[in-house]
Amino acid sequence: MGILSFFRSSSKSSASVAKERLQIVVAHQRRENQRPDYFLSLQRDLLEVVRRYVTVSDDAVKVEVDHQGDCDILELNIVLPDR
Amino acid sequence: MARIIVVTSGKGGVGKTTTSAAFGTGLALRGFKTAIVDFDVGLRNLDLIMGCERRVVYDFVNVIQGEATIGQALIRDKRLPNLAVLAASQTRDKDALTQEGVGRVLDDLSREFDYVLCDSPAGIEKGAHLAMYFADDAIVVTNPEVSSVRDSDRVLGLLASKTRHAERQDGKVNEHLIITRYAPKRVSKGEMLSLQDVQDILSIPLLGVIPESPTVLQCSNAGTPVILEDKSEAGQAYGDTVARYLGESRPLRFVEEEKGFLRRLFGG
Repeated sequence: MGILSFFRSSSKSSASVAKERLQIVVAHQRRENQRPDYFLSLQRDLLEVVRRYVTVSDDAVKVEVDHQGDCDILELNIVLPDR
Repeated sequence: MARIIVVTSGKGGVGKTTTSAAFGTGLALRGFKTAIVDFDVGLRNLDLIMGCERRVVYDFVNVIQGEATIGQALIRDKRLPNLAVLAASQTRDKDALTQEGVGRVLDDLSREFDYVLCDSPAGIEKGAHLAMYFADDAIVVTNPEVSSVRDSDRVLGLLASKTRHAERQDGKVNEHLIITRYAPKRVSKGEMLSLQDVQDILSIPLLGVIPESPTVLQCSNAGTPVILEDKSEAGQAYGDTVARYLGESRPLRFVEEEKGFLRRLFGG
């Protein structure tokens, strides 16, 4: 470490910004890749079924796939409107 | 049976063809019978980088469609007797490649060669898919740059799910990372992702680091695989990379900035 690096350390280097951005985007990308092929149609069908009973917005049904060890867990979250 | 190696990246312009030419030539220099196949139908360039563009008579698509035999289409390298190139078709479109046809050609090549390198086109469409489908090993070429790293990660996802090994569940494609256009000086200034950064994100074993070098352009100008320029840093770095692939241990070179007297004094 020399004298110059002391002054340089005040602002974040563009390389470390790049790394942080990549870590976020890659994590997101990997989650999407792990979704099964039927994922989007499942989400659409579920929304349709819910709508037979209640009026909900497009983003009321949230489906996530989580991996824990050998298990794939399908997580379903339905937000019903206020009565 | 040959080992089938795909050279892939997702992003274009990162050095797939340069790497295919150098790596394939490197394997041939080590005495292995090696064929390099250009999968970039419609935009062929491997022939230019290998310096055999004027000797292309028949191509990959001609062989798939039965218009030529593999023996007629293979271009034997004039420098190394155990090296051959199969050019992509320049006039057809990507749909001329079929999974069955590609499989048949690779089977034929497997009988004669020890290694078959598949030089993938950029993107993740049909040509890229077929280039990786039959692979035993994958060489992922990445520049220390955000879009290249992201695309490489995407390709790694496909290698894990869309290959023959993945479909048959009979083992997996061995993934290897080659970082190209590496500039240690810019890394130490904080202007470029370091090889550690790239490895942290992609988390696959590093096979080699090729430094940014004017020799690469000079070699493509001349149609010489850069590994044959064994005085150049890039050529030596490819030589090390091939040695590591063959199981030899070689320390990484050309990854640290050479510091002059003043820089050493003031740091940086």
